[in-house]
Amino acid sequence: MSSKVIQAMYNDDDVLMSAVKEVRAAHVHIEEVYTPFPVHGLDKAMGLAPTRIAITAFMYGLCGLSFAIWMTNYMMIQDWPQDIGGKPSFAWVYNMPAFVPIMFEMTVFFAAHLMVITFYMRSRLWPFKKAENPDPRTTDDMFVMEIPVDGNEKELTLFLKETGAVEIKVTEKH
Amino acid sequence: MYKFSKKLKTFSFALMILGALGIAWGFMNAPSTLEESKEIIASQSAGHGSGHGEATSHGEEATHKVESAHGDDHAKDTHAKDSHHDASHDEHLFHQLQNRPWSALYVAIFFFMMLSLGTLAFYAIQHVAQAGWSIVLFRVMEGITAYLVPGTIILFVFLALSGMHMNHVFAWMNPELIDPTSPKFDHLLDAKKSYLNVPGLLIRSAIYIAGWIWYRQYARKQTLALDNAENGDLKHYKKLMGASAAFLVFFLITESMMSWDWLMSIDHHWFSTLYGWYIFAGMIVSGITTIALVTIYLKSRGYLEYVNDSHLHDLAKFMFGFSVFWTYLWFSQFMLIWYANIPEEVTYYAQRFEEIKIPFFTMVVMNFLFPILVLMNSDYKRLPWFIVMAGIVVLIGHYIDIYVLITPGSVGAQWKFLSPEVIGSAMFFLGLFIFVVFTALTKAPLKVKGNPFMKESEQFHY
Repeated sequence: MSSKVIQAMYNDDDVLMSAVKEVRAAHVHIEEVYTPFPVHGLDKAMGLAPTRIAITAFMYGLCGLSFAIWMTNYMMIQDWPQDIGGKPSFAWVYNMPAFVPIMFEMTVFFAAHLMVITFYMRSRLWPFKKAENPDPRTTDDMFVMEIPVDGNEKELTLFLKETGAVEIKVTEKH
Repeated sequence: MYKFSKKLKTFSFALMILGALGIAWGFMNAPSTLEESKEIIASQSAGHGSGHGEATSHGEEATHKVESAHGDDHAKDTHAKDSHHDASHDEHLFHQLQNRPWSALYVAIFFFMMLSLGTLAFYAIQHVAQAGWSIVLFRVMEGITAYLVPGTIILFVFLALSGMHMNHVFAWMNPELIDPTSPKFDHLLDAKKSYLNVPGLLIRSAIYIAGWIWYRQYARKQTLALDNAENGDLKHYKKLMGASAAFLVFFLITESMMSWDWLMSIDHHWFSTLYGWYIFAGMIVSGITTIALVTIYLKSRGYLEYVNDSHLHDLAKFMFGFSVFWTYLWFSQFMLIWYANIPEEVTYYAQRFEEIKIPFFTMVVMNFLFPILVLMNSDYKRLPWFIVMAGIVVLIGHYIDIYVLITPGSVGAQWKFLSPEVIGSAMFFLGLFIFVVFTALTKAPLKVKGNPFMKESEQFHY
């Protein structure tokens, strides 16, 4: 299935930001914006839903914490009880202070790595994936706003020209 | 211009009066003779079977082995009840009971001084970093640092009174301990006497206090001058930045030394190398919390309309971050000492675990678990009532932290947190703090002028 889209190119992030706001004010749906670098506040201007990655990070952190508790208990108390520095190893709680650094590191490790993996999966990024950006210049100095068209490309082109677009093209998107 | 509301002023006076009553109760109920002290201890043991019994039942604990400063030894006390040790033990308990109101007073004096000192450090950092966001809060910070002048002077008077042996909060001030002919002679303290002596302590304290007050008054003068400066005149702005940078260098050295002199020396056999940082962490988190609370109060009264929720968000982020930083230092100090288990170090924690366990663990929960769970969510950091709730818990938590730092060394097992003298001292100095801070806030417009980054601060958004 293919659909027609209009791609408006901008060469300045401030111009892009105000254009996004104007387009949204005119009740035109923006499909996607491609930028060479993260533009602060663009997600809010586009009306994207707030990210939920913080919640996943918290849960991953809890998983890491639980794993660290299980791991230290298994390794140091159950499987091969170890007496380090004369600390009794009959129960995990007696040695707990010594395990706090491990618990902390595991929490951070799980939260960080799983968060990155989640982010890649949600953004549909994986190794050897073909780039999705419509124009190679969006990795250099161009900003592209992509709007689906439905027989109204003439008005849209005029409208987008007014918002400061330097180049506009209508293409088929697969 | 801010006007000190009548209600708040009445409230601060009520706190001071009630607090003064509590403090007076504490002094009146402290034993003035050895016989009275014995009676109190006897009635405690009869009452709920703790107190003296608890203090002596520790047996061979390292705490008491090393704690020979007071010339007694609980361990021997239980085994061989010879009359000499009994007498010296009674005298020890007598001094501890006598110390109780003084110690409670010292906790409050130090804690409220610490709020304004932490705020002053934060304020200086803002100037040195040329921070944009916090400019609208400068006057709030200056209001809080106004308490530094009375706060440090009261503290100095307290130290001077201790030096005159009005109390035994600082056990090392007892001249018998460094007298080689005395049975209480303490060679460890004797080796430290070139640093740890009363005139030295007072001279050093005077230097710290003078430096801090000088910077506070100088910075205040410069921001007021900047208010009236011509547009684009940056002379005062540059002076402020230079003075703040110099102050921070001075502060980081004196803060560390202050923590040894004013707090660590209470347990004068014990030492920790990161103590100064640990005190600093507690100081800055309490200071920032105070800034947030005062800001929210003023906003709720219709002032500071240009302070938006992004400013609050930033303050709450600092509260969260420095709470974790405090925990990191607290735990680093604890874990190394716990692991190494060297008698002269571990006594400090052994005593806290045995004698003052509940406040000790309560304050860790209040200062770490509570803020980390409550302030983690980004949206909650923008809700004033959430910040107020978290802030009150954090401040009480750090009050207990200071209590746990001071009390075991000065009062030992005779501590009593929920007593009129502890709560009264806290109320009295809270009242004084509110009175001084909000009086200072009325003295100048709540918005500074002439700062080149003012626009950034007003439009600050996250």
